[in-house]
Amino acid sequence: MSELKLEAKQGIDQQTINSVKSLGESYKYGFTTDIDMEYAPKGLSEEIVKLISKKNDEPDWMLNWRLEAYKRWVKMDEPNWPMLNYKGIDYNDQYYYAKPKSLEKKPKSLDEVEPALLETYAKLGIPLKEQEFLAGVIGAENNMDTKPKKVAVDAVFDSVSVGTTFKDELEKLGIIFCSISEAIKLYPDLVKKYIGTVVPRTDNYFATLNSAVFSDGSFVYIPEGVKCPMELSTYFRINAENTGQFERTLIIADKKSYVSYLEGCTAPMRDTHQLHAAVVELVVLDEASIKYSTVQNWYPGDENGKGGIYNFVTKRADCRGVNSKVMWTQIETGSAVTWKYPSCILRGDNSQGEFYSVAIANNYQQADTGTKMIHLGKGTRSRIVSKGISAGKAQNTYRGLVNIHPKAANSRNFTQCDSLLIGNKCGAHTVPYIENKNNSSRTEHEATTSKIDDDQLFYCLQRGINEEDAVALIINGFCKEVLQALPMEFALEAQKLVAISLEGSVG
Amino acid sequence: MFEIKDLHVNISEVEKKIISGINLKINPGEVHAIMGPNGSGKSTLSYTLSGKEGYEIEKGDIELDGESILDDEPDERAAKGIFLAFQYPIEIPGVGNLSFIRTALNSQRKFNGKDELNPAEFLKILREKADFLNVDMEMLKRPLNVGFSGGEKKRNEILQMALLEPRFCILDETDSGLDVDAMKQVSKGVNFLRSENRSFLIITHYQRLLNYIKPDFVHIMAKGKIIKTGGPELALEVENQGYTHLLN
Ligand SMILES: Nc1ncnc2c1ncn2[C@@H]1O[C@H](COP(=O)(O)OP(=O)(O)O)[C@@H](O)[C@H]1O
Ligand SMILES: [Mg+2]
Repeated sequence: MSELKLEAKQGIDQQTINSVKSLGESYKYGFTTDIDMEYAPKGLSEEIVKLISKKNDEPDWMLNWRLEAYKRWVKMDEPNWPMLNYKGIDYNDQYYYAKPKSLEKKPKSLDEVEPALLETYAKLGIPLKEQEFLAGVIGAENNMDTKPKKVAVDAVFDSVSVGTTFKDELEKLGIIFCSISEAIKLYPDLVKKYIGTVVPRTDNYFATLNSAVFSDGSFVYIPEGVKCPMELSTYFRINAENTGQFERTLIIADKKSYVSYLEGCTAPMRDTHQLHAAVVELVVLDEASIKYSTVQNWYPGDENGKGGIYNFVTKRADCRGVNSKVMWTQIETGSAVTWKYPSCILRGDNSQGEFYSVAIANNYQQADTGTKMIHLGKGTRSRIVSKGISAGKAQNTYRGLVNIHPKAANSRNFTQCDSLLIGNKCGAHTVPYIENKNNSSRTEHEATTSKIDDDQLFYCLQRGINEEDAVALIINGFCKEVLQALPMEFALEAQKLVAISLEGSVG
Repeated sequence: MFEIKDLHVNISEVEKKIISGINLKINPGEVHAIMGPNGSGKSTLSYTLSGKEGYEIEKGDIELDGESILDDEPDERAAKGIFLAFQYPIEIPGVGNLSFIRTALNSQRKFNGKDELNPAEFLKILREKADFLNVDMEMLKRPLNVGFSGGEKKRNEILQMALLEPRFCILDETDSGLDVDAMKQVSKGVNFLRSENRSFLIITHYQRLLNYIKPDFVHIMAKGKIIKTGGPELALEVENQGYTHLLN
């Protein structure tokens, strides 16, 4: 390439970079809530584990479960296999429990919730009132369905749940939707039966840590034959400084039931890194299905890589029943570091797992994410659609495992991994592991890497669309298949988020 | 009025001079045709007028109503009424044709201080024009130009032109690759849009398009210059005798 040509090319790249500049600058949820907090002493020890258990007023079996996890954890080492480069975490230099003082007693209704907390959720646009949502619809002209929809919300603030909406209405159908700390007390048999059966306490470093110190999270039980009539959602908010958030979610879909669940996450802008290590367990029985969607928008750090959330999450679904189905959809736009592989164990015959993912990494963000599809039953099917977008100096890795066991006859996997690069200082990596041990089963893998095309951009500009909107349009097009997999109520929100993530000064 | 004054253009990527001094004055309501052999710089001219990156203006000016538009970004030029029907319309996967056109129209309306159209209002206008141009709803729901046939792509360009209602329309070889029926449809669209305050610059390789769209002026372009200007009869001359006799 001639120098002039190179310069012109770099100029164009630079413009594109500018136009998608800085997730940090445009992070809309970076405010802090000034509120009286109660902290457990800094650091991690058996005493802290006991304290968290006591704060939650837990039965002995739960405490013992935690202590065993803790004993195990101290002997474990942090994994170093992901394609991530981050400063070691000092596990003794953070808080493991932080709770607004006003939540000492769990509020019985919204009127009892401290105004500062209510304001926080109002600012985040999260409905704590039992109100109907006006459905956000992609391409409204194609779909005129704008019927208001109900969305039940569990709101977790730092270490505790603030409240859960539509509980009564759901209870009439036998559906349990509450915080996990409540569930441990009110439905100990259910919790005992299922907790740790999908992600064992010994599973991995971060899951074991979570098992020892998780403070709250959501619990869902859908009884046999019930289709949950509304979206269930949990919003996680980290507010306190130097505090880790360790939540645990357990969802059980009994035979022939259905539920769609969404989690959202945000955190203030801070210079220091904060740890978020969650565990999500899904249990899917015969003919049941769970649709689990995530819009992860933790603070990603600033454009120089300062601050941001370390997001180490273990999510797994166990399709125990025949014909059971799980669909993971994730929009990962935030966090400084993301380490996350929502997985499906396809144990039941003819069970199905799907994974739809958009991971955006900008500036110095690092994402190492993907899925594991473990085919154990006969006739099991899995489908993986991963869209990675990298900009700035970010590194985006898709890591996926498809494992077809010898007994999983007639099983199928289809994997599609597409990467979009913006500028020439970022990276995209695809690490697929495929192990097929059954001759009658098939796997298919397709991968593409592309750049935002200057001709596409010019075509949009020539029609009068400005550069920023044009980039958002092209990127939304790139992610379309995944965005469409989200529940209607959140699709528009996610589409906007993708645009905001890439918002910035033009040229 | 649209005016090109002594325009000299280099393609930055190859440091090559492509346009070497073009002058052209296009009054409202006029239709100008540019014909010329492959590689004479016709597409380069259309990209330069619409402001594409990588075309360096060494000398000269482009004016709309007496004001230079050289400092305007392509989207600003578009909103001021310059439209380019691409020789090779671009495919954008995942972006619905209909959403794309609506976004474009509303962006331009916003730029010009008009209210954006809501989906229902937009759909009404779209239906009318789509019907007239024989574009069916199915084509509007597909991703922009993806998997469109050559004819569909060109009709879609004309549809966008009809909706955006530009003042100055550049058609870059819109007829190439079209069969007679498709060409008639495209011409019908263009003729319908002809009006006293809209002007056209029609780039074509073949005289036959000009049987359907009657130009006021025909310019012959070669090696980055306009070497001859005349009326419709000049196009016929080229048709019968080729370019060679004009090139010397
Ligand atoms: N991006 C480019 N890089 C290098 N050369 C180019 C580029 N675009 C056009 N050219 C050259 O410029 C000349 C004019 O091209 P073009 O404007 O496409 O001609 P026409 O449309 O009349 O066929 C040709 O010699 C072509 O090879
Ligand atoms: Mg050309």
